[in-house]
Amino acid sequence: MSHSDQVRTSDHFISHKVNSISPTGIRRFFDLLSSMEGVISLGIGEPDFVTPWHIREAAIHSLERGRTMYTSNYGLLELRQSLAKYLGLHHGLSYHPEHEILITVGSSEGLDLALRAILNPSDEVIIPNPCYVAYSPCTVLAGGTPISIPTSKENNFVVKASDIESRITAKTKAILMGYPANPTGAVMPPEELSKIAELAQKYNLLVISDEIYARLVYGVEHTCFASLPGMKQQTILLSGFSKSYAMTGWRIGYLAADQQLIEAMTKIHQYTMLCAPIASQMAAIEAVKNGESQIQKMIQEYDRRRRLMVKRLNEISLSCFEPKGAFYTFPSIEVTGMSSDEFTEKLLMEEKVAVVSGSAFGQCGEGFVRCSYATSLTNIEEALTRMGRFVHRHREV
Amino acid sequence: MEQIFEILEQNARTTPEQISTMIGMPISEVERIIKQAEKDGTILKYRTTINWAKLGKEKIWALIEVKVTPQQDVGFDSIAERIYQYPQVHSAYVVSGTYDLAIFVKGNNMQEISSFVTEKLAPLERVQSTVTHFLLKRYKENGEVFQFPKEIERLPLTP
Repeated sequence: MSHSDQVRTSDHFISHKVNSISPTGIRRFFDLLSSMEGVISLGIGEPDFVTPWHIREAAIHSLERGRTMYTSNYGLLELRQSLAKYLGLHHGLSYHPEHEILITVGSSEGLDLALRAILNPSDEVIIPNPCYVAYSPCTVLAGGTPISIPTSKENNFVVKASDIESRITAKTKAILMGYPANPTGAVMPPEELSKIAELAQKYNLLVISDEIYARLVYGVEHTCFASLPGMKQQTILLSGFSKSYAMTGWRIGYLAADQQLIEAMTKIHQYTMLCAPIASQMAAIEAVKNGESQIQKMIQEYDRRRRLMVKRLNEISLSCFEPKGAFYTFPSIEVTGMSSDEFTEKLLMEEKVAVVSGSAFGQCGEGFVRCSYATSLTNIEEALTRMGRFVHRHREV
Repeated sequence: MEQIFEILEQNARTTPEQISTMIGMPISEVERIIKQAEKDGTILKYRTTINWAKLGKEKIWALIEVKVTPQQDVGFDSIAERIYQYPQVHSAYVVSGTYDLAIFVKGNNMQEISSFVTEKLAPLERVQSTVTHFLLKRYKENGEVFQFPKEIERLPLTP
């Protein structure tokens, strides 16, 4: 059998749905990057802090005590109780720990559960663009149709309620948004959220609100969508421990929503995942109960780096709006006249700095790159010096 | 203002310009505060933590417990001063517990330290007794962990 026959045969087994989605735009670049030495990466979407010791220690202790079993499908009650308190304290939300919170394997599982639980074939999901790489593919995999709403630098990458309304049809089921945003660092102003809440009520739409970066905001308050009047019943809150507690590898997150929605999502979760790993759940309990001072320290450190990076980017003519959340900046590369892919590839080859092409996050990300400041100040300084040289060489005007 | 000192404590080479950007304070104000702090002793010194073991030139360290007889009016101050004036003494503290002074001493070899203890320290009039502990291995100093992988491996690119 020839090679091409083999390809055709394997292809035959793969579903149309999976075939219709492309792998993340990051993968090819990742392979190139992995083969090189001496690269400074501003392309990493996870904290550079190690999980605080007291949290790691809690997991070790739970293993020592032999806590290696399944937990309830919903997750350990103690964790849900702690989370209910935490959500009340920090975001003014009120969720019943027994019926309205589900512990998931990272917020990535939460996203998948939310979409699969609500979508019927060809239901439409409105998604701001650019956005996190998983939103559209997960919508497609769940049988829905993603509808992109462009956002722009002029509006600080905030999604406008009026733009959403113009794309609402009889098939629209939900709005899926993630603020503070990856890749832009944008934070939604409460006034705009209120307008979106009005739309949700007017057209009876569900809002899936990915608030994984909720705690990482700088000089502004994060408003939880579910905390807006009347919105708790129409919101699935998606969050987790990865970003605020530097716990990416633990794969632990949660969903908070109305009881019926939680039950629907738990149905899928119990058949596919059963429960989140118990050691991670034990660590998460410690994080929620005693992690606040560490969060504050990390926020302060990110904020310093953020200010430095934004200033340096603007100095080297990569014009950048001031991101108020997450740990990303999203500068425009217009001055070089290059496409985002071309810019990232040339920058890597010529100066050994890795950033992520904005187009990996949707077509509205074209003309931008994502630079993460979840790396040391020394790395940021050196990377920006190299980028400055690069831009100087390739400036069109 | 505290933020300036926290940043400098972490990395004394951070420039006033960087600090000004990092905390959003005018550069002239940052410079003024640092100057003032250097003058009034809030900033005592800018130091570098060197891992001498890497150069194969590690000094010998010892923690010495010292029991002393306190003196009227000045308590431990006068005897402490007589001890900490020796250049071999790296740090000196009055402590609570079973002994009075905790002294960290640095030397090129064990002989140097033992000479200091037997010839200088122990003979002092108000020193009742000493117990010398040689440091065998350093794990963490001034918040820095020794011989530990500094760079935690992360994937070079993640969404």
